[in-house]
Amino acid sequence: MSKIHVTTTINGDPVEYLCDAEETLLDVLRDHLGLTGSKEGCGTGDCGACSVTVDGRLVCSCLMLGAEAAGREIGTIEGMAKGDQLHPLQRKFIEQAALQCGICTPGILVAAKSLLDHNPDPSEEETRYWLAGNLCRCTGYDKIIRAVLDAAKDMREAS
Amino acid sequence: MALDSKTDTRPQQFKVVGTRPLRPDGIDKVTGRARFGADMSAPGMLVGLVLRSPHPHARIRSIDTSAAEALTGVHAVVTRADFAPPADPGVADVLDNCMAGDKALYDGHAVAAVAAISGKVARQALKLIKVDYQPLPHVTDVDAAMAPDAPALHEGRADETVPAGMSPNVMARHEFGHGDIDAGLSQADRVLERSYRTEATHQGYIEPHACLATMAPDGQADLWCCTQGHYMVRNTCAAILGIEQGQLRVTASEIGGGFGGKTTVFLEPVALKLSQKSGRPVKMVMSRAEVLRATGPTASSSIDVRIGMTRDGRITAGFAELRYQGGAYPGSPVDMGSMSAFAPYDLENVRTVGFDVVTNRPKQAAYRAPGAPMAAFAVESAIDELARGFGLDPLDVRLHNAAREGTKASYGPTYPAIGLEATLRTAKDHPHWSAPLGPNQGRGVACGFWFNFGGDTCVSLNITPDGTVTLSEGNPDIGGSRASMSMMAAEELGIPYDRVRTVIADTGSLGQNEVTDGSRVTFAVGLATIEAARAAKREMCKRAAQVWGIDEDAVIWEDGAARPAGPNAGQHPPMSLAEIAAIASNTGGPIAGHFEVNAEGAGVSFATHMVDTEVDPDTGAVKVLRYTVFQDAGKAVHPSYVEGQFQGGAVQGIGWALNEEYIYGEDGILQNPGFLDYRIPVASDLPMIDTVILEIPNPGHPYGVRGVGETSIVPPLAAVANSVSDAAGVRMTSLPISPPKLLAAIRSGGS
Amino acid sequence: MQYLSPSTIDDAIRLLSSQTGDCKVLAGGTDLLVRMRSGFAEPDSILDIKRIDELRRISRDADGWRIGAAVSGAEMGEHADLVADWPGVVEAVNLIGSTQIQGRATMAGNLCNASPAADSVPAMIAAGAVARIAGPDGLRDIPVADVPTGPGKTCLAPGEFVTSIWLPSRPERSGDAYLRFIPRTEMDIAVVGCAVALTLDAGGTCTAARVSLGAVAPTAILVDAAADTLIGTTVDDAALDALARTCSDAAKPIADKRGTVEFRVHVAGVLAKRATIIAKTRAGGAT
Repeated sequence: MSKIHVTTTINGDPVEYLCDAEETLLDVLRDHLGLTGSKEGCGTGDCGACSVTVDGRLVCSCLMLGAEAAGREIGTIEGMAKGDQLHPLQRKFIEQAALQCGICTPGILVAAKSLLDHNPDPSEEETRYWLAGNLCRCTGYDKIIRAVLDAAKDMREAS
Repeated sequence: MALDSKTDTRPQQFKVVGTRPLRPDGIDKVTGRARFGADMSAPGMLVGLVLRSPHPHARIRSIDTSAAEALTGVHAVVTRADFAPPADPGVADVLDNCMAGDKALYDGHAVAAVAAISGKVARQALKLIKVDYQPLPHVTDVDAAMAPDAPALHEGRADETVPAGMSPNVMARHEFGHGDIDAGLSQADRVLERSYRTEATHQGYIEPHACLATMAPDGQADLWCCTQGHYMVRNTCAAILGIEQGQLRVTASEIGGGFGGKTTVFLEPVALKLSQKSGRPVKMVMSRAEVLRATGPTASSSIDVRIGMTRDGRITAGFAELRYQGGAYPGSPVDMGSMSAFAPYDLENVRTVGFDVVTNRPKQAAYRAPGAPMAAFAVESAIDELARGFGLDPLDVRLHNAAREGTKASYGPTYPAIGLEATLRTAKDHPHWSAPLGPNQGRGVACGFWFNFGGDTCVSLNITPDGTVTLSEGNPDIGGSRASMSMMAAEELGIPYDRVRTVIADTGSLGQNEVTDGSRVTFAVGLATIEAARAAKREMCKRAAQVWGIDEDAVIWEDGAARPAGPNAGQHPPMSLAEIAAIASNTGGPIAGHFEVNAEGAGVSFATHMVDTEVDPDTGAVKVLRYTVFQDAGKAVHPSYVEGQFQGGAVQGIGWALNEEYIYGEDGILQNPGFLDYRIPVASDLPMIDTVILEIPNPGHPYGVRGVGETSIVPPLAAVANSVSDAAGVRMTSLPISPPKLLAAIRSGGS
Repeated sequence: MQYLSPSTIDDAIRLLSSQTGDCKVLAGGTDLLVRMRSGFAEPDSILDIKRIDELRRISRDADGWRIGAAVSGAEMGEHADLVADWPGVVEAVNLIGSTQIQGRATMAGNLCNASPAADSVPAMIAAGAVARIAGPDGLRDIPVADVPTGPGKTCLAPGEFVTSIWLPSRPERSGDAYLRFIPRTEMDIAVVGCAVALTLDAGGTCTAARVSLGAVAPTAILVDAAADTLIGTTVDDAALDALARTCSDAAKPIADKRGTVEFRVHVAGVLAKRATIIAKTRAGGAT
């Protein structure tokens, strides 16, 4: 067997790794790069806990091969805060108790940030449909949606 | 300083409890730093995988692991033969579930496991294990399993409560109640007889089970796992592996959801054994398919109800026979279902009979108020049907029959102060109840109850030299409990919330802790935290007395400081906690308080749920428009997390009512072991879930706390069914109310 | 397993036909990786077509649209002109899975996976879409309706792959729509799918129509009899009722964990009516 050598960018940092052809990007992030913030909840693209961005596009990293990341810009939860500054979404989630166990939180934050990058003023319905691919079993989604809408408002006012 | 009873010293005015501070683990969880079960690794670690039975019922004639063992990269293979029969019969079923013995009892039952250098090699190794199965007839339906000629899973395991002549799959019979049912029914103006069915559902936690085990040849072992109770994991694994509890140290990771499903073990004993055999750490993580096939879903149920009501809404008698299948081993929560079914009501004549049945399905585990949601679905639907039949307001009927302080509960005890009536009255006065409804829309209500529990608890509260407080407790935080413990400690000590740090200690640090279940943590760990804080205060008062040269009894603790009790005690400026801590070494040594208890006095929690739905009469699709939870929390320590429990439980109940079900074919194989076809609610399925917290204090807790985590899943099944019935004009007696079923009922003009 | 990522169509053809074992084409991967994970597919090699620039483009000429096989659903949904011309096709593709799935899933992949319940296929059939297929013998164009031959099977020969999907330019006074029934609001496989494309004349009479049903037969079907109930009418209630009955009659579904036969048959008619009303509105017809 021989591994594939991949050169990519993750959260702005240049990264190189070796992976088997069949390993997913999620496998690579978690098992080879120590980036365990992205989670595997289902392995079939149904839960969104593995959400990352690829060239700015929101995807499930469990449905992408590690090999496909070559030359791309990958964004994970670990890149959301800047130094000691949390992203407004991260702050809002803590302030508004928008997480209970926290396992879905990285995926939801990555997805929510992607939403606000595309549409800084989403309605409740738009937010719910955008996040439909992120399963949460603890919160019933109420506080999550409120936190996203509130963060969106703060971000619009700040800009 | 004298402290007489728990209730004497309840603060009149809370300073910290009832506010909404930030949880201490928040930053770790929003940045991805928090480490869950699968996020740990160790040098030299192997990957462990399980081989699972493809048959729903089969004799295992032999297992040949030689080819797997010979594969390069494989370091250990285990089967049941590697586990000596445990001395403790209480873990025999757990072990059999973790690793099949003579028989595979369900599709997905573990029969062997391997540890190898990679997942790829482990998967290849599994394919090389040759299992000689003799398939046997199977049964997955509860009523079919009770038939006299049903395939039998176990022989001779029924207990003495089961009448002679029943199928060997009937394991136990429970009976509760009082009064005379026939007499009561004869007083009714209408007797409703209905049968109800619910399907098995899964807790649906997003984090699959995962653990990392290291076990030496001499039995010393370390285990990292996601669990609701690492002390339970320690004790169960020790019993299964034949080692002493003290030899195994278990550390609980952050847990990605449990809801009761992580109150037992599946992978852990196997991972430990693989580690022992291979001499290397072994990491095991379940796939989603394994979680659904081979962990602990709920029971499915078949329930017959007979309720008599007068035309002014008085329930004259209530009877239910509940049949639950709990998978392949005895122990379905039909007892708790039978006890809770009529718990909200003050009834002269009430009786429930429950049968615990085994089938070829995975062994059930707790799911948030185990046994209660199905029972409430049946009883609350029947009461709704009777109420509407008489043209009575469903809330008024419940108020008319509501249990109060002093009511003899249907399951035996007499209620102390309870909050059911408060939830009903608040619901009646709420704008939701009088909001207008449009075409094809309906409104439903239902009540629910949960016992709540106490259990073994240890807390150790330690004060550092700079006056900060670390609280060691033994219950994994599944809903924000670290914040609540810190709040109660801060409240009791009179110091700011952010001076307290709560940690979940490993099993080497405390003696024993009951799992995080039974809605017990805020109640029992909270109670122990308060008592540990009181012990620390007593010690700090003693130190101040020493410094001031006065009697211990002459010192009180107030607003975060030791103070002289009165003018006779002398003029001494108060000594703050920080000041006392700074000189602790000089006054006798480090200061701590601890408390160990099997907590009693948990308060029951009642709820009323109200939901509006809209039905598409051409397709049977149901949309949830509006939902309000009214629940008694006793005292809401951190209201945001109390609201979170209300909302989460309600949404799980909505999923159970509308879309979630285990689907088995004739072949006994689970057809939907994935989140694609096991359909839990997604964000776009739901409206906001409004919450109203009632506070009728529990006399058994120093601050009045009642558990809240479980009651919230009890009413939604019936509330949604009652709402759909109102919207569609048909009564659905079988869950889930999936569109094909609802459409068929609408088109046939009834149910 | 080998991972191959050619940068031209010719390289892809050469590699695909020279693979000795089972070689699977990878576009979005939202079906292939799921099948690999569950053990249903164990390819010896994977050919990623996303590095072929031509396959990532949406282009338009006088005759119509050419959508590269590696174009994601999200990209289609962001193309304002494509959405304006074929809202039904785009909304069908955009219904596949979640936002994350949309970031990767392709219309060509959805077609070639050949699920009877694929969302994009009825809409492509109703629009008259054509698949361009490349192989060792060159290029060939096949109506999308003829590509799936059974559940999980296509008419593609070994060594062939789809390079693009062609849609005609939308005729004047035309509209298309796709609706599906799912038990939740998102994330489910269609229990029934229905796509309608129709054209009206200046007086509001329907002059052309194509009605396609998904998830009610081994492949998506084009229901000519359903089109006949609309053509020559003003798409009034009587026509819609006839349409619904015809669609229900044409549906030959199985019963499975997602729906019963009766349910699918009935809902096929319901969706056909509703999709037609939307298509008519989009065509500028009176509501």
